[in-house]
Amino acid sequence: MSGVHAHALTIHGHGRPYEIAPHVKVVAAFGFMVGVVATPREAFWAFAVHGAVVVGVAVAARVPATFMASRMVVEIPFVLFALFLPFVGVGPRVAVGPLALSIEGIWGAWSILARATLGTATAVLLVATTEVTEILTGMSRLRVPAAIVAIAGFMIRYLEVVFDEAARMRTAMLARGWEPKSRRSLRAAGSMAAALLVRAYERGERVHSAMLARGYDGTMPRLFPSESRPGDWSVGAAPAVLAIVVAAVARGAA
Amino acid sequence: MHVPDGFLSGTVSAGAAVASAGGIAAALRQTRAHFADKRLPLAGLMAAGIFVLQMLNFPVVSGTSGHLLGGALAAIVLGPWMGLLVVSVVVMVQALVFADGGLIAMGTNVLLIAVIPALVGWSVFRAVRSVTPARRPWVLTATGAGALASVPASAMAFVILYALGGQGGAPLGMLAIAMLAVHLLIGIGEAAITVAVVGGLLAYRADLVAGAEDLATEGASARTERGAVWVGLALAVALLVVAPFASANPDGLESVAESLGFDTTAVESAVAESPFADYVVSPLGETGVSVALAGLLGIVVTLGVMAVVTWVVRGRRASRV
Repeated sequence: MSGVHAHALTIHGHGRPYEIAPHVKVVAAFGFMVGVVATPREAFWAFAVHGAVVVGVAVAARVPATFMASRMVVEIPFVLFALFLPFVGVGPRVAVGPLALSIEGIWGAWSILARATLGTATAVLLVATTEVTEILTGMSRLRVPAAIVAIAGFMIRYLEVVFDEAARMRTAMLARGWEPKSRRSLRAAGSMAAALLVRAYERGERVHSAMLARGYDGTMPRLFPSESRPGDWSVGAAPAVLAIVVAAVARGAA
Repeated sequence: MHVPDGFLSGTVSAGAAVASAGGIAAALRQTRAHFADKRLPLAGLMAAGIFVLQMLNFPVVSGTSGHLLGGALAAIVLGPWMGLLVVSVVVMVQALVFADGGLIAMGTNVLLIAVIPALVGWSVFRAVRSVTPARRPWVLTATGAGALASVPASAMAFVILYALGGQGGAPLGMLAIAMLAVHLLIGIGEAAITVAVVGGLLAYRADLVAGAEDLATEGASARTERGAVWVGLALAVALLVVAPFASANPDGLESVAESLGFDTTAVESAVAESPFADYVVSPLGETGVSVALAGLLGIVVTLGVMAVVTWVVRGRRASRV
């Protein structure tokens, strides 16, 4: 039960990647991934370019390799799925040592591994260089519906509070003889989860009243200006443009 | 079960994103009245609550724990549209902030984790409620049915997306059957957890359960043990029916990968050695029809089992009173 601590997601570093306006970075991340997904899987050179771009941004932002590695473990389930594809894929097979592997499956595994790794790394870099609240500001600049941005904002703001509450309830239950592994403890776990939801709801009511009392009108005041400065788009969007151009060239060649 | 980037083609990802956007737009329209008084902090805290519940390990079977997916739970507790919206936000934050699930695949994940489970879960829940008395045990039965149906429905949606634009050439018939089997099992775990949570909510604050508004006037009582009895029986049946697929690993996609992979390293024929070989070489052959029939059969059998379990619980209850 760890890993909700939002402050550990962002590196408070300095340098160009941290200064670009958040909405530019969000657009760039999505644009870069459009290029990655559009790249034909046969174009190894194109994936090398994409990978170099990701590494370049990570180096420019001085994101430690250990940080990247630890944040990328979320990808592992699909890595496993991809690694099994050569064994179960359809179509012609090729002998690799003692195994007959599906050619289509090998291509599939390569394509999933390459793209999923680039995608995870891109998302990790986006958050590493951008405060979570800034990402929300960026979403709002990009005309994501205000209700969604607001719900996401309150969710992120209170995530640790609710999470710590769950941890305290769990500790209390363990202290009273609750056995997490026993089938009979499901009911107790359900009651605890229900209590957690009720507490979250009641906290929501209190937060709501308190905010109305302080003049909340459905939007959060902007504490920091998030205007893009000259050069933000040309620098920030460069990886995305490069990725899309590379994808177009690779598709043309294929 | 978060799909990463590169798993599905760009076109299919875009189509799924459009479908998700449509679902979210409809949900925003339906919840506009609710947000008229700026009750956004409330929705945000429910999103945080669902997110945290997803991270908890629930003891589902002795020695095995499961994770809540939460789509059906959110729909039953918050109503279908608010539930859809809240879980969609959870999925988006997971992708954007926690790098869980790809950026291009965000629409796919919203569709599979929020839109389909919320809508399927709610409609099955309402369907069962509409033909059963407005009593606590029946609300929990409906909850279990909704949660159970929501998971394989989502798994089948994934198979359809994979068929349209999946990478890697996994054999579709096998994938469909394996996904269905594993996700029926996961659905039973989901039903157990959801029933336990909704049972607890009905005891504390029945007025907070949107799908049981008609019960709220009844007041709190200790009747929720019936839910636990029901859960226990459902689990026992689940163990008997789908034990071969039982895995310590609660994540269906991983389990499918393992099931497909472990026994298929033989050189001659991968399919012949797989645990699903019997299904594939069924008289109907490996066609969409046979897979659909298998799915239908699975759902009918499951509903039948649930009806029997409900009947047994009702009978025991009547005899005790």
